[in-house]
Amino acid sequence: MTKPTKTGRSGAAAGGAHPLRQSRVRIGEKSIETGLVVAALISIATTIGIVVALVGPTVDFFTEVSFLDFITGTSWTPLFSQRSYGVLPLVVATVEVTVIALLIAVPLGLGSAIYLSEYAHSTVRKTLKPILELLAGVPTVVYGFIALQMINPVLRDLWPGEKKPDFQNVLVASIAMGIMIVPTIASMAEDAMSAVPHSLRQGAYALGSSKMQVSVRVVLPAALSGIVAAIVLGVSRAIGETMIVTIAAGLISDQVRFNPIESMMTMTTYIAAAGSGDVPVGTIDYDTIFAVGALLFVITFGLNALSIRLVRRFREVYE
Amino acid sequence: MTTSTAPARPSRIALNKQRARPAEVAFKLALQACLLIAFAFLASLIIFAVYKGWSRLDSRLWTEMPTSRISRVDTSGVQSAIYGTIWVIGTTAAICLPIGIAAAIYLEEYANNTRWYNRLLELNIQNLAGVPSIVYGILGLGVIARGLGFGFTVLTAAITLALLVLPVVIIATREAIRAVPNSIRQGSYALGATKWQTTWRQVLPAAIPGMATGSILALSRAIGEAAPLLLLGASTTILFNPDGLDSSYTTLPIQIFNLIKQAQSEFHELAWAAIVLLLAIVLVMNSAAIFIRNKFQKRI
Amino acid sequence: MNRNLLGRRLLAGSAVLALALTAACSSNGVSSSKEELTGEVKVDGSSTVFPLTSAASELYAEEQPKVKVPVGESGTGGGFEKFCNGETDISDASRPIKDKEKQACEAKGIKYAELVVANDALTVVVNKDNSFVDCLTVEQLKKMWQPKSTVKTWKDVDPKFPAEPIKLFGPGTDSGTFDYFTAEIVGEEGASRTDYTPNENDNVLVQGVAADKSALGYFGFTYYEENTDKLKAVKIDSGEGCVEPSSENAQSGKYKPLARPLFIYVSDKGVKREEVKSFVDFYIDNIDDIVKEAKFVPLTDEQKKTLQSEFDKLHQA
Repeated sequence: MTKPTKTGRSGAAAGGAHPLRQSRVRIGEKSIETGLVVAALISIATTIGIVVALVGPTVDFFTEVSFLDFITGTSWTPLFSQRSYGVLPLVVATVEVTVIALLIAVPLGLGSAIYLSEYAHSTVRKTLKPILELLAGVPTVVYGFIALQMINPVLRDLWPGEKKPDFQNVLVASIAMGIMIVPTIASMAEDAMSAVPHSLRQGAYALGSSKMQVSVRVVLPAALSGIVAAIVLGVSRAIGETMIVTIAAGLISDQVRFNPIESMMTMTTYIAAAGSGDVPVGTIDYDTIFAVGALLFVITFGLNALSIRLVRRFREVYE
Repeated sequence: MTTSTAPARPSRIALNKQRARPAEVAFKLALQACLLIAFAFLASLIIFAVYKGWSRLDSRLWTEMPTSRISRVDTSGVQSAIYGTIWVIGTTAAICLPIGIAAAIYLEEYANNTRWYNRLLELNIQNLAGVPSIVYGILGLGVIARGLGFGFTVLTAAITLALLVLPVVIIATREAIRAVPNSIRQGSYALGATKWQTTWRQVLPAAIPGMATGSILALSRAIGEAAPLLLLGASTTILFNPDGLDSSYTTLPIQIFNLIKQAQSEFHELAWAAIVLLLAIVLVMNSAAIFIRNKFQKRI
Repeated sequence: MNRNLLGRRLLAGSAVLALALTAACSSNGVSSSKEELTGEVKVDGSSTVFPLTSAASELYAEEQPKVKVPVGESGTGGGFEKFCNGETDISDASRPIKDKEKQACEAKGIKYAELVVANDALTVVVNKDNSFVDCLTVEQLKKMWQPKSTVKTWKDVDPKFPAEPIKLFGPGTDSGTFDYFTAEIVGEEGASRTDYTPNENDNVLVQGVAADKSALGYFGFTYYEENTDKLKAVKIDSGEGCVEPSSENAQSGKYKPLARPLFIYVSDKGVKREEVKSFVDFYIDNIDDIVKEAKFVPLTDEQKKTLQSEFDKLHQA
């Protein structure tokens, strides 16, 4: 009986332990992998690009204006003949818009999230959650115009007292902004709550808790880091949003103001207005766009990093 | 031991139905109200827009060019903005989809998760997802339009928007790839396929629904963006359709913004009509993405 | 017989030839005046002049649909910056070019023609429902607008007015309108209080004044003319009685000191291109229609003559 000729590859069974032949490194494979790496590196290039775009003019800016004046000054009039480069009016306006927007978005967002996660039937949830996500898809320029044309008239009609809200004011922009952020907070908070193991809930029910008690006293605390992450993300979105405030919040930045029914300019509005209305390149006025942009970038970067940390924590605990 | 005879009682213990305490009911109603308010806003937004723009919701929108003159506003439309949007978004898709999918493949299939540089890559992408869109506009202005000299053209806008939505594409594609069961990969390897062959012929096809969802959501976001483009030459009257990547351009959100800034209400009516058009496009895209996601979620 | 035939054929042939030649020549003649041009004419600058040049570009597009004329409104200052950097062919301006800007143009070797294309009556407006303001003196306006002004309510302007807080709207510092107003009213260019709502886009200013009963703003005549349903023009008293802004008062010079010329600046490099020259020719030839369309104050005959001659100087240079 003749043994069939065996090639080297299938020779494993024939005499002894044959190590598997290492597969040939295909050039095609390697070059594809390189291509994929290059694609991934584009994201790094983006970050580098942002930093490069911001750093140069910002440094130029701070050779003319002291950092302290910038951070603590209370008058922002870079485009007027009496120049002043204190960024506080812009920052205060941004913070005010954010705070009021959150006062609306957090209750509505958390409320929706608790309902969807704890109370709603799965079919109800499947139909309602997508509709909520649609709200997030509405372009922000639309929110801005809605604020101006739909919300402001109602606000002015209902406002008690002599002084009515201005044509553009912080309050109306914040309301629109708040509604815009609701899906962001709701979606992330709902994910966090769904990740809470059922055993926790069932233990509570077994002890005779009501649904409300379970939601508020068991699930919420358990999902807390995820919920906080959602809120932080909402804050970051509110701070970075441009169109709503540019259309509806106003253009005044000469001093720090607090009254939400007045017009105020936020950081993002300044960048948009100065960047599109055109300021001569290479002058300090041009550099202000980037200085404010750098401040904005640093703030949102910090908030996002915090949010990512928190998300990681809640995912770790339950995975 | 006497057994209690209670023929009326069912053999299993029925839990006492909780009496609905008023606090419970109020709480549930409050929660439902939260959801309702959000929906009511969305509905009133759409109704308001349609109502306000009704008189201009006709073919003039896409057959006529914009105007800045009140005398011609009745015969004006947003044609240059519609074509501009098509040009810009088409180019954006051509840039961000291949790059995003390729990057996601790298991170999911090829990258060793424990290496610091890969973790840095992931972290970087997550951070970029949260950067405000106006900062991307600054990137476009400083580096692409002025630094690289591309100027205020379709290409610059497309690159800027592509970079803006790239993180969305990457993250969504990664999740889609991650959801593909390992058994598929291993079966492929067992049959002697290479890594790329496995990825290209087995993993990606299985991940298409998820990738489609992510891509559609990303492009829908890009279509609605105005802020970065404000810094990239948007405040001009554009009465022509783009004819190349180096053309000046305008897009629907930008044109809407320009119309909003006008004083006369006739322009505002046109703005509302354009908003209805934009909303229709964006909402249809979002619904399609969600539909695809829901439909294919169970398959795996 | 043969000769006759030949003769007739020759005659017929030459007739056909003559006809063909005539047709060819005349169609050449027709096509050279209606030649389809392509290309792009870049314009940027003053938001006050913007309606004029926009109207021109829209009317021009009917004649030459293949020429693109994007018109920006970055402000007079911003427009000059681009113009003297070679980025635009035409610059809209609501004030003459400044020395610094002239130097920038010289540095880049850009020569230009300064063309007056319309007259403007810079208009101060209040809300239509404002019942107490009819006429303001230059001194009152100066008091309202000077740097560090203490005027907060209407009573501060005139004790007879009610004590309502004033909301002020005006152009930003990049605007030629701003430069002109501050120079003429406050006395120094660029000197202005800072606590008002500034915007390059005059339409936004219109909306602002229209929304607030005790508001006041200033911008170009067109923006008032197009919104008389929402705004009321304030008569200006510069010492010779109250004068209202109007075409006649601007042309005659009665409307002092806020009557001013509006300019476009055309670069010599730009005008070498056919489409740019064609556009400016169109602008000049149809200036009356364009000014009427944009609701500005028309040029006097003198001004029209100067306009043509200035442009001729440029493109014949």
